[in-house]
Amino acid sequence: MRRTVLQNAHLIDHRGDHGKADLYLRDDVIEGIDLGGEVAQTIDVAGAVVTPAFIDLHAHLREPGQEVKEDLRSGLGAAVAGGYGTVVSMANTTPVVDEPGLVTEMLSKSEALGLARLRPAAALSRGLQGKQLTDFAALREAGAVMITDDGEPVKDAHLLRRACEYAAELGLVVQTHSEEPGLRQDGVMNEGLVSQRLGLPGNPVAAEAAMIYRDCEVAMLSGGRLHVAHVSSKRGLQVVEWFKAQGAPVTAEVTPHHLTLSDETLEGFDPVYKVAPPLRTHDDVAYLRNALIRGVIDAIGTDHAPHTQAEKERDLLEAPFGIANIEVTFPLLYSELVANGGLELSTLLDLLQGGPARVMGWQVPTLEATRAADLVVLDLETGRRVAPETFKSKAKQSPWTGQVLKGWPVMTFVRGKMVFEREVLSD
Amino acid sequence: MTPAITPTVPERASTQGKKQHLLDLQEWSAEEVWALFETTDVMAQVMTRTIKKVPALQGFTVGTLFFENSTRTRLSFERAARAQSADVISFATGGSSMSKGESLKDTLRTIDALKADLYVVRHQAAGVPYQLTRWTDAAIVNAGDGRRAHPTQALLDTYTFRECSPGFDGFEGKKLTIVGDIAHSRVARSNLRLWTKLGAQVTLCGPSTLLPHELEQFPGVTRCFRLEEAVEGAHAVMALRLQLERMQKGLLPSLAEYQARYRLTPEVMALADAQALVMHPGPMNRDVEIDGELADSERSVVERQVANGVPVRMAVLYTLLVGRQ
Ligand SMILES: [Zn+2]
Repeated sequence: MRRTVLQNAHLIDHRGDHGKADLYLRDDVIEGIDLGGEVAQTIDVAGAVVTPAFIDLHAHLREPGQEVKEDLRSGLGAAVAGGYGTVVSMANTTPVVDEPGLVTEMLSKSEALGLARLRPAAALSRGLQGKQLTDFAALREAGAVMITDDGEPVKDAHLLRRACEYAAELGLVVQTHSEEPGLRQDGVMNEGLVSQRLGLPGNPVAAEAAMIYRDCEVAMLSGGRLHVAHVSSKRGLQVVEWFKAQGAPVTAEVTPHHLTLSDETLEGFDPVYKVAPPLRTHDDVAYLRNALIRGVIDAIGTDHAPHTQAEKERDLLEAPFGIANIEVTFPLLYSELVANGGLELSTLLDLLQGGPARVMGWQVPTLEATRAADLVVLDLETGRRVAPETFKSKAKQSPWTGQVLKGWPVMTFVRGKMVFEREVLSD
Repeated sequence: MTPAITPTVPERASTQGKKQHLLDLQEWSAEEVWALFETTDVMAQVMTRTIKKVPALQGFTVGTLFFENSTRTRLSFERAARAQSADVISFATGGSSMSKGESLKDTLRTIDALKADLYVVRHQAAGVPYQLTRWTDAAIVNAGDGRRAHPTQALLDTYTFRECSPGFDGFEGKKLTIVGDIAHSRVARSNLRLWTKLGAQVTLCGPSTLLPHELEQFPGVTRCFRLEEAVEGAHAVMALRLQLERMQKGLLPSLAEYQARYRLTPEVMALADAQALVMHPGPMNRDVEIDGELADSERSVVERQVANGVPVRMAVLYTLLVGRQ
């Protein structure tokens, strides 16, 4: 038995603000508050908030096969540096995670790393080809928690219908990357005034909204649980809201970048802002932000999508889509939406803890005794500059480089073990 | 022997010293464009001499960096550089080696080891000339980037209008009509920026599939689907080259229908201002977007556009290189 105490912790979880106390961990679980007694380790966290570690339902960790961009060690290392204790990895790797052996292998590898908990998603179709379903039951047996062809939309509505039906029977969530391919075409940014000004091929909001509509109809038809990934636009979200109002079995997430950046960032022609779905207009950003306050968004998913520096130094047609953000998600959203934006801290925390858990049908994490000691210690006071060269992620580039943010995770615990500690350097 | 004549640069040229690059025309003021025209006048005069060479850029090296092939534009820039005694390094990069895996930055760093003072860049992706400015101290001239901009083309088009428009008295109150595939055209985008900057009105004409509605939000720009209406009262009418693959992409029903609705003919031109000029940035699809006879008619200044390419580019190189010193 090993006991640790986090002294003078400001404890917050979805049940509320519990004020200052000493939080005791025993082995991999929370033991209780202000218990006293002998401990192996005492950590003074005075001034910091202690709360359940975050859950990310949408990260591209790139292993197997794309380790030049990211691997499980760097990706899960980046996750804990961002305060995440659990990460759902996307299946668009090389090879695609479409068979149980790969799931087993990734799980054992990640267990050995002892960083964030990995919860792999499996592909919906073999090889992400959109033709034949993967073996959902065997994949679930191996440990896959979600079914998704993310990276690609499911073109064939019939395949999606059968996937939703089959996943429902097995209690699996189907997640979609909803963009209608015929409308998306070769668009590299949001279609609109800015894309016309920049002479870059546009991807219209209609591509997202139309596909969300189709995907939600399919979910209603099949009764399957559908989770719409990275909703980027007002119209796209309005479709989700409309279906939710009908009682459709649909949930949705938004990303940190769609909540903070608009298409005008492309004016400088830096592919670091090239992402799918694309950054939209100020109007869309405002609508998404407001939707967080209104409580119509279920979760924040990072869509952490690392690429190499060289890939992001190509031209805007060639550079790959994706923003690496898992390490800055909380400080970014805390600084922009809570400290300066009118969002309650408790709401933001819920979107990163309870929200994702409810989407997946998992227990909502709390600081109660016997619950997993997956915790993050947040410094809400100190401003620190975003410095991509210090990222654990292999992707050393960020749209927020140089921005001074507050709310940085300073320690992360997974299974009662400290898996991340921020070097305290004056800035 | 090269006559030791440095072109006399007009007084206003001193304000051009601040210009580091020619990426697009937004960052150039109307005054700077007028000054460039005056420099072009001098260069055009040089090109009429027996010996078409001045030592203005002696000691400078100009690199032409064409990721997308365009022999015409590249040769025009190279002629412009050599006519001023600059050394020229030509990087023919179309396709192969650099496209796969190598970043733009790495490509440029390799080339930059040869220490050119200015790069003329053509690329199929919008924004590349901007990206390159981050990784070199050299000046960058955009020779066409994707659908975005082709500033020297717009400069030579406006220069040609200034030269050929009978009784030219400025761009205020003038109407330019551009006909064709506006959506995919960097020539259209640069021209609409420059003509409106100089005070003209621009009417864009073409089928709605090739005519993005957002462009109407640009000041001084209107959109029109009917050729006759678009040409009415115009002082210059520019036909754009129609890429024949637009039919396959579902943007046009057929060539015949396009020709019937948008081909520029002498009959349509009769609706324009009596002195109106016919322009085409080339290369022309004769009898597709422009009637062959019209292209050869007195109204047509297509040959002047071609001829003005070199002096305009001489002026651009001179302004950026000498202005920087
Ligand atoms: Zn996606």
